Amino acid sequence: MAKAKARVKAPKKVKKGEVFEVKTLISHKMESGQRKDKKTGKKIPQMIINKFVCSYNGKEIFTSNWHGAISANPYMAFYVKAKDSGSLDMTWTDDSGAVFKKSAKVSVT
Amino acid sequence: MHNVIARGLTLAGFAVSLLMLPVGASASEDWGKYESGDRRSGYTYAAKETRAMQDDEFANPASIWQDQGESLWSVVDGEAGKSCQSCHDDAADTMKGVGTAYPKYDFQTKKLINVEQRINRCRKENMKAKTWKFDSSQMLGMTIYVRGQSRGLPMNVAIDGHAAPFYEKGKNFFNQRRGQLDMSCKNCHEDNAGNLARANLLSEGQGNGFPTYRLKWQKPGSLHRRFRGCNKNVRAKPYKSGSDEYTNLELYVAWRGRGLPVEAPAVRN
Amino acid sequence: MVRKIEMQPVNRREVMKFVGVGAVTGIVASLLPSLAQADAAMTAAAIKKVAGGKTPASGRITLELPQIAENGNTVPIGFEVDSPMTDSNYVKTVHIFAEKNPNPEVGSFHFTPGCGKAKASTRMRMAKTQNIVAVAEMSDGSVYMAKSEVKVTIGGCGG
Repeated sequence: MAKAKARVKAPKKVKKGEVFEVKTLISHKMESGQRKDKKTGKKIPQMIINKFVCSYNGKEIFTSNWHGAISANPYMAFYVKAKDSGSLDMTWTDDSGAVFKKSAKVSVT
Repeated sequence: MHNVIARGLTLAGFAVSLLMLPVGASASEDWGKYESGDRRSGYTYAAKETRAMQDDEFANPASIWQDQGESLWSVVDGEAGKSCQSCHDDAADTMKGVGTAYPKYDFQTKKLINVEQRINRCRKENMKAKTWKFDSSQMLGMTIYVRGQSRGLPMNVAIDGHAAPFYEKGKNFFNQRRGQLDMSCKNCHEDNAGNLARANLLSEGQGNGFPTYRLKWQKPGSLHRRFRGCNKNVRAKPYKSGSDEYTNLELYVAWRGRGLPVEAPAVRN
Repeated sequence: MVRKIEMQPVNRREVMKFVGVGAVTGIVASLLPSLAQADAAMTAAAIKKVAGGKTPASGRITLELPQIAENGNTVPIGFEVDSPMTDSNYVKTVHIFAEKNPNPEVGSFHFTPGCGKAKASTRMRMAKTQNIVAVAEMSDGSVYMAKSEVKVTIGGCGG
């Protein structure tokens, strides 16, 4: 299975207290478990990213649980209030236990 | 005297406004760079949410493949110990315009060569590396990255000189009926562009957005992949991706879209 | 050997006759369920569960969805819940349901005051025309709900 590739976009510099948008995108088939194999007629087993976590300087700030109805190559955008400079760390976990990570640095003035 | 002039001007004005009345599905829109002459990009046939997905450079779902192409550009591969960068330096300079001009006539093979085939030729002969399969994720990524350097520039392929006979072959393919349904590309994409085939709005079948992220595929795909699908849809046996037939057709399709902007990677249904 | 077919303009019934077989094959291979489908009762039960038995109030939630989905497998959805997002008054979770999907649960989105805004967007799959329902749980225990219908068509040609 190809490694998942991810992108994270957040503004590099923000003012303290400013609420800014974080955008994320990751390549993943998100096999819903509903599709049937054309040849065998059997359902293709589910294999999706089921959890997404964003931590801000180590503290979980936005998390979500995903089901098979989240589209392939999932896009997730949300907001964060600027507190201290540091790191926004994204973690995606899929049904196989595989963990994908990507971070963005933010400088707060 | 005044009346005659007035009537003449009114008639002229009326005629001019008739000429300016666009015909087609989205008659009242001004599509700006997405139209050229009487031709419109597939962008103009897509839903507004789909267009928004394409326009957001970050959130465009094909951008991940583009990232892959960008990172592969500087990866050394093959026995010659080179990367694309070793010869081609900064893609933003050296690859600009490539997306507008291919497929081209190639003096070495004496037939057309498209971007994917060019990439493989470089890999095989210059890098002494393994070639990539059409529609493999590396080939898609690199083709999106290379074509993408021309994003916004108008399509401008040459169909004269050595390219002429291949252009003719592509044109014949486009107009020829095939398959159990006995339909040609022209039947849908010229005779019925703007009409519905069940719930799908038929576009003009332009190629300026390829490789395209098709919502149906849930990943990007090449223009040849699209040709294969279309041929299968009319119950015709598809040709291979990278075949002469499809490369010739690609030139004709590129000429049909002359003036439309390179949109790779586009997002379509 | 060439049969001349007059096709103009494309009459939907005519095309359906021709592409009927192809379309059926297409549907089987797609995400559309063959049998199972959530119904309003299943979804209502799921909503009741997350609402802790309460009847959700209406208001405070804005749902951003297309009226017609270009393709049911990638439908952009955005939502925002009106809230000051302070430590004492914030949105805890927003649940999204698709009433007629085989499994009505789409996702749960957990906010903290540190988000600043209870606003998010993603892309989801919809098996057919149906209501999308958002249920918001607030920090004070109150629950709100909003719903919006999105039309999903079955494609014709696709390749």
